[in-house]
Amino acid sequence: MTAWAPPRYAHRVQPHRGGVEEARVAIVGGGLVGLTAALDLARRGVASVLLDEDDTVSAGSRAICFSQRTLEIMGRLGIGPRFLKKGITWNRGRVFFRDREAYSFDLLPESGHEYPAFVNLQQYYAEQWLVEECEVSGLVDLRWRSRVAGVAPREDGAVLEVETPSGPYRLHAEWVLACDGVRSQVRRALDLPFTGQVFDDRFLIADVRMRADFPTERWFWFDPPFHPGQSVLLHKQPDDIWRIDFQLGRDADGEAEREPERVRARVAAMLGKAVPFDLEWVSVYTFRCRRLERFRHGRVLFLGDAAHQVSPFGARGGNGGVQDADNLGWKLAMVLRGEAPERLLDSFDAERVPAADENILHSSRATDFITPKGAACRAYRDAVLELAHDLPLARPFVNSGRLSRPAVLRGSPLNGPDEAPRAAPPGTACPDAPIRRDGQPDWLLRQFGGGFTLLAREAHPVRMEGLRVVELRDSPRPGALHDHSGLAAARLGLAPGECALLRPDQHIAARFATTAPDPILAALRKAVMA
Amino acid sequence: MRLRREPNIADPDALYAALMEAHRGLDEEASRRLDAKLVLLLANHIGDEAVLREALHLARGTIPGQDKAPATD
Repeated sequence: MTAWAPPRYAHRVQPHRGGVEEARVAIVGGGLVGLTAALDLARRGVASVLLDEDDTVSAGSRAICFSQRTLEIMGRLGIGPRFLKKGITWNRGRVFFRDREAYSFDLLPESGHEYPAFVNLQQYYAEQWLVEECEVSGLVDLRWRSRVAGVAPREDGAVLEVETPSGPYRLHAEWVLACDGVRSQVRRALDLPFTGQVFDDRFLIADVRMRADFPTERWFWFDPPFHPGQSVLLHKQPDDIWRIDFQLGRDADGEAEREPERVRARVAAMLGKAVPFDLEWVSVYTFRCRRLERFRHGRVLFLGDAAHQVSPFGARGGNGGVQDADNLGWKLAMVLRGEAPERLLDSFDAERVPAADENILHSSRATDFITPKGAACRAYRDAVLELAHDLPLARPFVNSGRLSRPAVLRGSPLNGPDEAPRAAPPGTACPDAPIRRDGQPDWLLRQFGGGFTLLAREAHPVRMEGLRVVELRDSPRPGALHDHSGLAAARLGLAPGECALLRPDQHIAARFATTAPDPILAALRKAVMA
Repeated sequence: MRLRREPNIADPDALYAALMEAHRGLDEEASRRLDAKLVLLLANHIGDEAVLREALHLARGTIPGQDKAPATD
């Protein structure tokens, strides 16, 4: 198999007429999150200028576990099937302690979803596909080798100082989305504090190319004989690439640990001498769990790692950032079209700050378990792992990363009533389910389009402005979705005659016992802060 | 339910001796691990988070809500 080669994107010289160029939306940073935001806006008909200081996708595999919710978002953006085709689907995790397996677990994937719980995929593939789709959309002005050197916020947006190989220029954008990562230049330019917990342990990530007959599983070792006193993670990616993550401890020398020979020795000790391998990518890192106090600062909004940073355990960095973009896209599009007041964007803070806190909490707890500080913490950690071998009661305590679940936006100011609480309360991302349309098998989440949807079970709601009505029927009927398995109604908690109001990001905004229009229209207004 | 505060062990001397016996011959680290296992096993058996948190505070010497009205059982 030939190695993947990074694409190189050309820097196009901008025709400067002097003065300040105008744009409605500027996105700073063309990584996973910035590109997702750009494509989401493009799908809603909103043009943007995307500025990236590099001329290619990310180096190394970086984020590798794409969660079901991320895959559903990519599905909505039209590239979900590519993730399924190229990515590696896995369900089983194994935990080892010292020289034996402690236990294994199944993610217990529920059937009846278009996308699995996780697929593993190098981040650069996702970015490459997003770039392609942004280009095809004709609405994303991708500007490579364009570094944002200064940001001057104003009432009506911000003026960006852009440096390029063909000279600097100024760009005034009505809205700026800062998606420029953990070392965000925009965040620094605005001098915003980025605070939280620092973890001292160093980690080594090695992406290794090898032909190995390990099963497609997530393997996590605590204190293994080949790397005593530390933890190791092994995870499979496409193209015969394997992610290996070595905990190095606090006193490790980052420079020395990056030396290829040193890395080779560590990998060889783990795999045994018989397995030949090539090193693809190596990185040594420490990490922090921190966030900005607020993600909206006037006309500048922060997404992804620029807004919040988590440890890698639990697959919450990339997935969290994609959910930020999912949350913001429809709101910004409605504000730009004059369909919602600007204060709708405050709900980006109200919804995504708690989501970031949830990710930070899980990620910090996993890190504390994996890297115990002090003798008491280690005693508890080892006690859990020793008990886990024989006693299932101890296994829920083992924390090698609680894998990302979609945030439930409880307490969001956009949530309306739940007149018939059963499953999936307001704020939940709508669960997928198999359905039939005109006799053909299809998926529920593909039926909603880009706006607000009223999903009604066994009911025929009147026409309401600003709402697309989708009928869910227990038996086949032309133009309606046939819930042949009953899973759609069960997962949404809809009894006959009830309906759910779904937002453009497929989150449930409210649930109603009847299809009487007044409460539905009131909830619709609340969901856009009208 | 609240944490039981009255004696509840039929033969306290025997239990105490059994605890000491369990630690005999263990180094500091192994002793700690033993205690941790005991805590985890008993915590799982009790299963009542309010009781466990009360025990945690009692052990730490930080007893919240002590000045509040007694809880109704």
